[in-house]
Amino acid sequence: MIEVRNINKSFGDKQILKDFSFTFERGKANLIIGESGTGKSVLIKCMVGLVLPETGEVLYDGEDFLKMDYDKQKVIRQQIGMLFQGGALFDSMTVEENVKFGLSMFTKMPESEKRDRVMFCLERVNLPHALKLYPAELSGGMKKRVAIARAIALKPKYLFCDEPNSGLDPRTSILIDELIKEITIEYNITTVVITHDMNSVLEIGDKIAYMQKGVKLWEGTRHEILRAQHKELSEFVYATKFLQQFRDRLEKE
Amino acid sequence: MDPTRLLFHIGRYWLLMKQVFSKPEKPRLFWDRVFYEINAIGIGSLGVVSIISIFMGAVITIQSAFGFESPWIPLYAVGLAARDGIILEFAPTIVSLILAGKVGSSIASEIGNMRVSEQIDALDVMGINSASFLILPKIVASVFIFPFVVVISMFLGHLGGFVLGVAAGVVTPYEFVYGIQYDFRPYNVYYSLTKTLFFGFIIPSVSAYHGYYVKGGSLEVGQASTRAVVYSIIALLLFNFILTQLLLA
Repeated sequence: MIEVRNINKSFGDKQILKDFSFTFERGKANLIIGESGTGKSVLIKCMVGLVLPETGEVLYDGEDFLKMDYDKQKVIRQQIGMLFQGGALFDSMTVEENVKFGLSMFTKMPESEKRDRVMFCLERVNLPHALKLYPAELSGGMKKRVAIARAIALKPKYLFCDEPNSGLDPRTSILIDELIKEITIEYNITTVVITHDMNSVLEIGDKIAYMQKGVKLWEGTRHEILRAQHKELSEFVYATKFLQQFRDRLEKE
Repeated sequence: MDPTRLLFHIGRYWLLMKQVFSKPEKPRLFWDRVFYEINAIGIGSLGVVSIISIFMGAVITIQSAFGFESPWIPLYAVGLAARDGIILEFAPTIVSLILAGKVGSSIASEIGNMRVSEQIDALDVMGINSASFLILPKIVASVFIFPFVVVISMFLGHLGGFVLGVAAGVVTPYEFVYGIQYDFRPYNVYYSLTKTLFFGFIIPSVSAYHGYYVKGGSLEVGQASTRAVVYSIIALLLFNFILTQLLLA
C-alpha cells in the first residue's frame, strides 16, 4: 500500500500539486485521471523520488520514502517497477538485455536462471520471439509490453504506469490494460496508473482519483464514476459523444 | 555569459562529478562498459586521428623547411622543429580538440537522448546511480585510451613528416631522422601525456554534463551537443594554458 499525504509541489511561481492526498491500495489498479497538464505525471514522479515535493509524505507500507536515506530509498526502488509513457527501453540493449538488466544489477542469479526469468516475463507479455530485437525494431505496443516485462522481472511490490495507452491503437490499448490488471492480481501488487483514457478507467479502475489543476476533486471506483454527481468530473468523463449518448441512455433507464 | 549562470554551471558540474565518482553497483558490469567505451571512444577514433596525424606531420615538416631557408640553419632543424611541434602541441592538443568534436558530441547526444526519452529516469527509479552508471565508464575509458591515441598520433605524425617531407624533397631521410633524435628530451613526452590525461577527463565529463541536464526534445539535444563541443574546447584550451605554464614554465 502507498499513501500520499498533503503533497505540494511548485515549479517557480506555478503550483502543480496542491495538498494532494490519496491511498493506493494493494492488489488493486489505482488510477489517477485528469486532463493533460494537471499534474498527474509530477505526482507519480514525486512518488518514485524523481521529483522532490516541497511538503508532504509518501508512505510505502507505512514508511516515509522522502525521509529515508539513499540506501533505504534504494531498497524501496528495487521493489518498484515502472512503465514510462514511451517505454524508456535502453536503446543500446536488446529486448533480452533490457528485461535482464535489473536482474543483472541487483541479483546474484546464475545466467541460466536469469534467462529463464527473462523468458517467463516475455512469455507473460506474449513476446518470447522478440528476445534478440532492439527497441528501434519494435512497434509502440511491443515497446510497452517489453517495458512491462522489464518492470515485473524483479517481482516488484509496486507498479507505476505513466499513461500506458498513449499512442496505441484501441486493441493494443485493451491488451495493455488487461495485462496490467492481470499482473496486479497475480502478484498482489500496488499498481498506480496515470491515464486520461476513459476506456482504461472503465476497464481496470479499481480505485480512481480525479484531479484538476493539482487538486484531487473526487475519488471512487469505476462503478461509481459513471453516476458521480460532480460537474468537473462529468465534463471529463463524458467528453466524447459516444459516452454522452451512453449517459443519456443511462439517465433514461 | 552571465557570471551567475557560469557559477551555477560550474557548481552543478562539480555536484554531478561527485555523483559520478561513486562505487559502481556491479564491478563486472562496470568494466564491461569501460571496455565497450574504450572501443567506441578510442578505437573508433583511430581512423580520423591517423589520417589527420599523417597529413599534419607532413604539413608541419614542409612549413618548417619553408621557414628555415637559411644557410645558417642546418637542414636537420626541420626534423627537430617537426618533432617538437608534433610532441608538444599537435598530438596532445590538436588531436584532443578533434576528439572533443567527435567524442564530445557523441557523448552529449547519447546521454541527452537518454534523458529526453526517460531512460535516465528509468535507471533512477530502479535505484541505480544513473550519473555514475553512464558517465564514469566514459571518463575511465577516455583517461585510459587517450594517451595511447596520442602516442599513435605522435608516431604517425613523424611518419607522415618523414615520408611526405622526403617525397616533397624538403628534407633528406638522414637529416630528418637526425633532427628528430637531436637533443631529444623525454620530459616533453611526459608533459604531453600529462596534458592528455587531463583532456581525457575534460572531454567526456563536460560533454556528459551537457547531455545529462538537457531538457526538451531532439532540438535541445542537438543544441546540447553543440554546447558540449564548444565548452569542451574552451575548457581544453584553458587547461592547456594552465598545464603548459605549470609543467614547462
